[in-house]
Amino acid sequence: MNSISTVSAEVAEKSQIKTGAQIFVDTLIELGVDTMFGYTGASVIPIFDEILKKCRVSSSVSLQGQTDTFTMPDPVVKYNKNINEEFRRTKMSEKTSNTKTGAQIFVDTLVEQGVETMFGYTGGVVLPLFDKLYDAPINFIVPRHEQGGCHMADAYARATGKVGVVLATSGPGACNLVTGIATAMMDSVPMVAFTGQVRTELIGNDAFQEADITGITRPITKYNCIVKDVKDLARTIREAFHIASTGRPGPVLIDLPVDVSVSKYDGNSTSQIKLPGYRVSSKGHARQISNAAKAINKSEKPVLYVGGGVIIANASQELRTFVEKAHLPVAMTLLGLGSIDQTRPESLDMLGMHGSAYANYAVQECDLLIAVGARFDDRVTGNIKTFAPNARIVHIDIDPASISKNVQVDIPVVGDAKIILNELAKQVEYKEREEWFKKIAEWKKKFAFAYDKESSTIKPQYVIEEVCRQTNNKAIITTGVGQNQMWAAQFYKYTEPRQFITSGGLGTMGFGLPAAIGAQIARPDEVVIDFDGDHSFNMTMTELATAVEHNLPIKVCILNNGYMGMVRQWQELFYGRRYSKSYLKNPNYEALAKAMGAIGMTVDKKEDVSKAVEQMLKEKQPCVVDFRVEPEENVWPMVPAGKSLSEMDGLDILERLI
Amino acid sequence: MKHIISALVENKPGVLAHVAGMFAARGFNIDSLVVGRTEDPDLSRMTIVVIGDDRIVEQVRKQLAKIIPVVKVQDFVGQPVVARDLMLIAVSCTPEQRPEILSVIDVFRAKVVDIGQKFIMIEVSGPEDKIEAFINMCKPYGIKSVARTGTIAMPRHDKTDYRTPRNDDDKDS
Repeated sequence: MNSISTVSAEVAEKSQIKTGAQIFVDTLIELGVDTMFGYTGASVIPIFDEILKKCRVSSSVSLQGQTDTFTMPDPVVKYNKNINEEFRRTKMSEKTSNTKTGAQIFVDTLVEQGVETMFGYTGGVVLPLFDKLYDAPINFIVPRHEQGGCHMADAYARATGKVGVVLATSGPGACNLVTGIATAMMDSVPMVAFTGQVRTELIGNDAFQEADITGITRPITKYNCIVKDVKDLARTIREAFHIASTGRPGPVLIDLPVDVSVSKYDGNSTSQIKLPGYRVSSKGHARQISNAAKAINKSEKPVLYVGGGVIIANASQELRTFVEKAHLPVAMTLLGLGSIDQTRPESLDMLGMHGSAYANYAVQECDLLIAVGARFDDRVTGNIKTFAPNARIVHIDIDPASISKNVQVDIPVVGDAKIILNELAKQVEYKEREEWFKKIAEWKKKFAFAYDKESSTIKPQYVIEEVCRQTNNKAIITTGVGQNQMWAAQFYKYTEPRQFITSGGLGTMGFGLPAAIGAQIARPDEVVIDFDGDHSFNMTMTELATAVEHNLPIKVCILNNGYMGMVRQWQELFYGRRYSKSYLKNPNYEALAKAMGAIGMTVDKKEDVSKAVEQMLKEKQPCVVDFRVEPEENVWPMVPAGKSLSEMDGLDILERLI
Repeated sequence: MKHIISALVENKPGVLAHVAGMFAARGFNIDSLVVGRTEDPDLSRMTIVVIGDDRIVEQVRKQLAKIIPVVKVQDFVGQPVVARDLMLIAVSCTPEQRPEILSVIDVFRAKVVDIGQKFIMIEVSGPEDKIEAFINMCKPYGIKSVARTGTIAMPRHDKTDYRTPRNDDDKDS
């Protein structure tokens, strides 16, 4: 202890000015912290750098950001005997009357809402629901952790456009959904999450496995509520599906106390939704649409900036017609990839921090930026003050709160992208814009995405290109978060909407594997591939057991560089290669996959990549391929935080490689 | 600039937490917030005073309208409105000082609601600056305690008849 305080005293003496990270670490030391647990990430890199400096404070890195682990619920007899007996009585009496229990209403309403597949994990207070689900015509997938189940429901929704449904028990089960719900919220995914809750009379008493889940999830759901009376149950579920799937979609959580599930209701459960505060304007203002069309017709250097909203609105076809008719170059956000065919000449691929140089240059130089279903996220705009400085901005979005939130919009159009793009296509005229397209073609040639093809090591980009080639741009791709995700966005060229499934807004590591499972279940005939980082994969790899259980032919390509690659890249560029806590010892993924009943492969030679991919694509079972890639490969280009989109690093590297 | 925002909300549990949470999460400051019942038992009215530039308040209005149990949002800025606060204030007051204080109360059209040997409790309502002025007048005697509501407001009727209130009902636009 003494030595630690001396260190901090010395540091304090040396300089009076401290960074927040220094103050943070010094204060921890002062408070006697000698061991801590945690996981790095973009916004905590300065703190981890400081921790490395004061390395007399021993620290270890835990696999999950949370120290809390999932507790298996006690057997129901021991934990809630009365309810169980009450439930049995209810079940007996049900046979002789027309009344339904809450659990039966729950299942019937799900079926009525068209739910064919749902995901979830059982537990004490949801046993009545699971008893009814036992006989229900619903395909039910049990993950190994609720977070995984939530991501599966999320990816199911993204792959199909239908509402993803997930069910978890109270307390820990509900809390484990939090990351998954927040992921869905940030990316506007239609999802309905059900959580069990303790009996209504116990709520607020700190009962066993009680958590205030509506309070916890209020900021990360589009809407949530607790059902306290069985007569409101059917209506509330209908409202949840309506809210989740209309307007700007998002997750809705319904908390269901166990007494509501077991209580009987003999009244009419066909009551319709009643939402006076929820109205969606989808048609768009006619004058604003014609203003937008006029602006487009007048523009010499337009750029279309397309976000995930177009895919959510199922408006890809309308977008493609519009783009062809007006003749516009199209830059896409991470979530917008696939909205138009990236192999077409109009495609500028992805824009933003790790977007293509040609997209970023085009945006910075355009005279008209037409944003559709996008929200001017900081990873897209770079320095907001210098974003698209010469452009008038048209913003088409269904969420009025998105408009003029980050940048001042000149022509706002609130409405459904499908309807508005269709309307716009009627009003725009074809314009050659020869100069502009010529300039774009030059940029495209000069600053194409590139990597060192002569390298003797396996370049991660090469793996992705090879998979893209062998799957003819047709596979459904999911990803983890970080470098693997950026390379999957840069080097796989998507041709169809709902083909690229990734956690954009929240950036949830561990999303890739459960997302691949959800997508494969949703679209069993497609090839589903998860490009994952080693550490992203580590976070949810337990779900491999789920894939094995359902014999899903998902493929996991681990781009294994040993590092949390994106954090390492930032540490290399901005923290003098001080790799604070961004390197972990990995398991032998091949053996691990085999132990879980999947196929495992390791590829450490460049010349084996092609054959391994071929083999992987042939497999009919879950297959994990551990590609030992170049450990210190970087994602280029890169717009450093706070810089303008045109101030990209790494362009010299790209130019050299092309 | 000060904006008075009036939100009609469904009378459901959790709505206040949702509104307050949205303000906290998005970094907006609430100057005052008043919730009360309306003529419709299913609806409550929240009157929220926010200080900020037009862009921030525009976001506040949109984010409020986005909350599903929020039925209608109005920003009264630039409109003639009647805005009132209510205050209960206990002031030190010896029997000798009473006539003096009562004359102040009279000027402010305030009301004595309780009285003792050493204090006097006064109810005063009006625009915020009137309340502030009354507090200032009481300071020399010694203020024992103050309880205030925030602002409630209603647009003046004859004006709204021929002029559509700006930003009225975001959800229809």
